[in-house]
Amino acid sequence: MKNNEKIIPMPLRYLINIVLFVVFLLVMNNLIVSGTIPKYYAGVISFIGVNIILAVSLNIATGYLGQLPLGHAGFMAIGAYTSALIMKAASGSATIFPFALIAGGLIAALFGLIIGIPALRLKGDYLAILTLGFGEIIRVILLNIDNVLGFTLTNGAAGLQKIPKTTNFLITFIMVGITCYVIHTMMKSRHGRAILSIRENEIASESCGINTTYYKTLGFVVSAFFAGIAGGLYAGNIGILSPSAFNFMKSIEILVMVVLGGMGSMFGSVLSATVLTALPEALRRFEDYRMVVYSLVLVIVMIFKPSGLMGTYDFSLNGLLDKLILKFRGNHTEKGAMPQEKKGEAAVRKKEGKLK
Amino acid sequence: MSKYKKEPVKLVPVPSPNIIPERDIDKTPILEVSHLGIDFGGLTAVDDFNMAIGRTEIAGLIGPNGAGKTTVFNLLTKVYQPTRGTIMLDGRDTAGMNTIQVNKMGIARTFQNIRLFKDLTVLDNVLIGLHNEMDYHLPSAVLRLPSYWRAERIAKERALELLSIFDMQDMAYAKAGSLPYGAQRRLEIVRALGTNPALLLLDEPAAGMNPSETAELMENISKIRDTFQIAIMLIEHDMNLVMGICEGICVLNYGKVIAKGSPEDIQASPQVIEAYLGKKKEDN
Repeated sequence: MKNNEKIIPMPLRYLINIVLFVVFLLVMNNLIVSGTIPKYYAGVISFIGVNIILAVSLNIATGYLGQLPLGHAGFMAIGAYTSALIMKAASGSATIFPFALIAGGLIAALFGLIIGIPALRLKGDYLAILTLGFGEIIRVILLNIDNVLGFTLTNGAAGLQKIPKTTNFLITFIMVGITCYVIHTMMKSRHGRAILSIRENEIASESCGINTTYYKTLGFVVSAFFAGIAGGLYAGNIGILSPSAFNFMKSIEILVMVVLGGMGSMFGSVLSATVLTALPEALRRFEDYRMVVYSLVLVIVMIFKPSGLMGTYDFSLNGLLDKLILKFRGNHTEKGAMPQEKKGEAAVRKKEGKLK
Repeated sequence: MSKYKKEPVKLVPVPSPNIIPERDIDKTPILEVSHLGIDFGGLTAVDDFNMAIGRTEIAGLIGPNGAGKTTVFNLLTKVYQPTRGTIMLDGRDTAGMNTIQVNKMGIARTFQNIRLFKDLTVLDNVLIGLHNEMDYHLPSAVLRLPSYWRAERIAKERALELLSIFDMQDMAYAKAGSLPYGAQRRLEIVRALGTNPALLLLDEPAAGMNPSETAELMENISKIRDTFQIAIMLIEHDMNLVMGICEGICVLNYGKVIAKGSPEDIQASPQVIEAYLGKKKEDN
């Protein structure tokens, strides 16, 4: 039997992760506030946070659900414009900001639902083209809505200006933490397993009584929701929105992060979003060559590790600690103690009624 | 006469002889199929299929390749919607239902070409089968409420119990795709059992197994029937297995039932011998 014994008890496992994450947040925040990390780099770090949320959310649809949507920037745009407009209306009040973010996420999720229900009847390349079209429609609408309906909401091509910059490192990374937590817990539940089963084999999944339409839509909507959140953070970070920021290339950029990190690996998405956001900045000195290096990295990874940096492997700090403790103790004999019940007991249990 | 034109096969009067075992005879059959048929374009794949299966019966569905056996399974599980006829499950008509609803009503199946969730662990495969047995909602999963922990713990215990039917609990954390072929077939049965079926459809469960594995499988199928008290219907080409454990057998050829009855009846039936071995020349 493979080692899957959990030595550290459950509440402690969560506690370790939360404590480490809070320590990370406080240390980084101190470094940024005290100016040890220059403002420019602090900005880059915030964008890493936004991109992590985008990659992790797209990973639900591509990695876990096994679909190929190409309109992720569309959902991001919806979230960005929604929360930017709310923040402008609220003239930058910091207490409103969380609500603006959530509103952005919810509107994006609503669009995810509207697009998802018809789109998820399609598969593979057909779904890709449909979502690509959706992303472009959003961009074009944002570009033209003033002229069409007489609204002066989005300012068309000029874009939204002077959006209150209410985001900072702390808010962005708290959102990163919440996103990763929610997606992780969702995937490690019956709902997550249902989503994975659709990727693996849809017919078998249906024959297990799983409502595939519902779970496909659920995955798509959750994916859109967090893309909307990321959009809101983006707007709060950059302070200016124009439709051209959410073009087709933005969707591709997010997809590249997911594929490079390994489809179906949240840790991979986080890692590659970090690397691919930091890399172009780190290479700014070699202005002329940086896009060459960026492309080369992609080509090389895809040749030598087609499943992405992490494959479907997900890093677990507690899993690592478990292994270390086991090694430290040096007794491998105790593990693998399975409940050895008599076989008839399964039936007895079954008679007692359904699981509660 | 065109060589493709077939002589009309003499049909055994249906639904008699009744193949429901005596112990089940006073209960409503778990499955009653009458005049089931499906056309694909102009091709009639299954026609006038009638069958009843008792509560705790092991029934066999046999026939030469292309006879429409798997199509019957696909009709029962609503992968295809039938063109004609009715399927009564536990006395309720399944007309207009889909695969998911039929599964919730109690039909579970395995597949001829194994359809496991290959990249997931063995345990996850069974837990997916147990999906509808757990009743917590998404918010309680995300917030990790006690209802989540309780349902997951019970489901995991149950999954390991189910795996222990085939002595597979030691493989619980291996990837399903990495299992040997026979173990994959067994895992499919375990996963199907997870959905708490009243009728289990096995599509060639012994395909690719060696004789000793087949013998073990036969024992296990009987054991599953005895412990869970469910009906099992299986498609199989291995006649030892079919004749060994099936109480009622239905023979299909060219989409039509050509014989029904106990294993002894089937072995003696001239129509079955003709379908499998052909006719003597002078009979033509």
